[in-house]
Amino acid sequence: MEFSKKKWRMPRLAGDQRNASYPHCLQFYLQPPSENISLIEFENLAIDRVKLLKSVENLGVSYVKGTEQYQSKLESELRKLKFSYRENLEDEYEPRRRDHISHFILRLAYCQSEELRRWFIQQEMDLLRFRFSILPKDKIQDFLKDSQLQFEAISDEEKTLREQEIIASSPNSSGSKVVLESIYKIPFADALDLFRGRKVYLEDGFAYVPLKDIVAIILNEFRAKLSKALALTARSLPAVQSDERLQPLLNHLSHSYTGQDYSTQGNVGKISLDQIDSLSTKSFPPCMRQLHKALRENHHLRHGGRMQYGLFLKGIGLTLEQALQFWKQEFIKGKMDPDKFDKGYSYNIRHSFGKEGKRTDYTPFSCLKIILSNPPSQGDYHGCPFRHSDPELLKQKLQSYKISPGGISQILDLAKGTHYQVACQKYFEMIHNVDDCGFSLNHPNQFFCESQRILNGGKDIKKEPIQPETPQPKPSIQKAKDASSALASLNSSLEMDMEGLEDYFSEDS
Amino acid sequence: METFDPTELPELLKLYYRRLFPYSQYYRWLNYGGVIKNYFQHREFSFTLKDDIYIRYQSFNNQSDLEKEMQKMNPYKIDIGAVYSHRPNQHNTVKLGAFQAQEKELVFDIDMTDYDDVRRCCSSADICPKCWTLMTMAIRIIDRALKEDFGFKHRLWVYSGRRGVHCWVCDESVRKLSSAVRSGIVEYLSLVKGGQDVKKKVHLSEKIHP
Repeated sequence: MEFSKKKWRMPRLAGDQRNASYPHCLQFYLQPPSENISLIEFENLAIDRVKLLKSVENLGVSYVKGTEQYQSKLESELRKLKFSYRENLEDEYEPRRRDHISHFILRLAYCQSEELRRWFIQQEMDLLRFRFSILPKDKIQDFLKDSQLQFEAISDEEKTLREQEIIASSPNSSGSKVVLESIYKIPFADALDLFRGRKVYLEDGFAYVPLKDIVAIILNEFRAKLSKALALTARSLPAVQSDERLQPLLNHLSHSYTGQDYSTQGNVGKISLDQIDSLSTKSFPPCMRQLHKALRENHHLRHGGRMQYGLFLKGIGLTLEQALQFWKQEFIKGKMDPDKFDKGYSYNIRHSFGKEGKRTDYTPFSCLKIILSNPPSQGDYHGCPFRHSDPELLKQKLQSYKISPGGISQILDLAKGTHYQVACQKYFEMIHNVDDCGFSLNHPNQFFCESQRILNGGKDIKKEPIQPETPQPKPSIQKAKDASSALASLNSSLEMDMEGLEDYFSEDS
Repeated sequence: METFDPTELPELLKLYYRRLFPYSQYYRWLNYGGVIKNYFQHREFSFTLKDDIYIRYQSFNNQSDLEKEMQKMNPYKIDIGAVYSHRPNQHNTVKLGAFQAQEKELVFDIDMTDYDDVRRCCSSADICPKCWTLMTMAIRIIDRALKEDFGFKHRLWVYSGRRGVHCWVCDESVRKLSSAVRSGIVEYLSLVKGGQDVKKKVHLSEKIHP
């Protein structure tokens, strides 16, 4: 792609020519774009796509993929940002072009680290899955052909020949469905996940795959291709980065993915150590609450716990001196020799604040990072309780936190369905007594900020409705009871917190 | 039939390698028509010699070289390895990380000992016509699957020399298959899992069950 500072003018392509370059509303992004665009458009396209991919991520967390709500919200997001999504709409050229170019721009930004690549691939896959799901059946064949995938639907005669076998080899598919569905013939090696479990009919080196299974295969292909492409892009990155017009933009883009990373807050030094105990029950997310409790009880935490909790504390405003004091006080109670602490542990604390070694100011872990990496083992207290705790253990914990049974079962269901962050949002709603937490959780420090905002800011605390939201009468009575007791405790805690934190949150909007 | 005296083996082997071993067919197979340059020359062989001495990374320039070396070494066992990026006998001269295995036939190994829990005539390394029937059945079943389900055309079944058979699948595309697909094929063919439990027979009439 060439870049010029010329003012942008609409290309004067005739209708047919335009449609020819983008025959479908979705694509595999096999060919990079080859036109000139202005720097401004470059930037805008990139930003719009980042917005889109972040919505994809948030919607995927807040709703089950494929449901009515998910689909309609994602569609409106695409429409709002003017990217392509549906066939047979008016004037499809521009949205498809935007989609094409913006994808390739983001490749430049997101190829740079393993984490970025993984995030990018995940969202692009979800996006493709959505677009494919609303593609009309007759368009599927054309799309597959144009994407150079060796998938061809077999003729009806061929289908009838093999009908029995295909029915027999597909799990959960009744005979009638097979007759209606298209069957695709692909080389067996491309259907690894299907044939290894004998879930597809094989004949003479080909797998006969019904439509619904083809999607999984297509997505795998897409992931493999994109992964390779990103690796290639990373290698040619130095050439791109040498263009100083692009360098700042690309850096900004990949940084903006992490959203707020809570590393440099204006609230440093506004929390005192003796507030931490009460804050841990009121405003800490469960992961940090359990780490704090374990620290107090055992006067020790292992490395994973120290990292996760220590950086979180930094994010809520502890200074280096406070942190050193905090950890040392606690460890000494565990009969640790003060000198040993100074020698062994204080260096690490200073390191995590960026005062030693290569002086990186480490950022507190996001939810995704906690959920996906470094799972806890025996003797560890870090990780995400919704992800890493046994359901039984999690239930007990929630009970000890005085969450109502109705709330507990909702939370457990969400955790079981792998919606860990939504489960945590539910926990937030329950302990703060609000219907809707009002944010999409992706960082423990975000939980803390939002919690403090509710407890101290000018916002009205939303009361729990007395009418049951769930059909059972019992939980709602519990809820009402909890609501009033929660309100009561909130009031008293408000008084306590106000003193220390008034200034802290005066800057908040 | 005379009983076999292991002390005679070295002499017998010498004779075998001079008179009986099918060098030209062996070479013709592994050379694959000479279509790909150096395919034979980059193939690894390993020999197990008398007293269990094991040497890897043997490779040869042509049939004559192979013959000479085998007659010199009199190996008790010969393993055919993969085709590498360089001549295996020079692998130490190659830059670190550059010496890689590139292609290999897909090989199935069926051992009579796998049937020890269902045969009563023999055990471990012994075989007899009675229990060999089990082997024949296995061969027929797997061969049919490889041919009809996977479309493999070039399948070579050989007696391994002791208590089992090997099947070498030599199709060009198969030689390039990734290890993931290879284990997928094995998984497809596996029915008896986990020692105790036998999974119930699965749907298709054409499907294979060991």
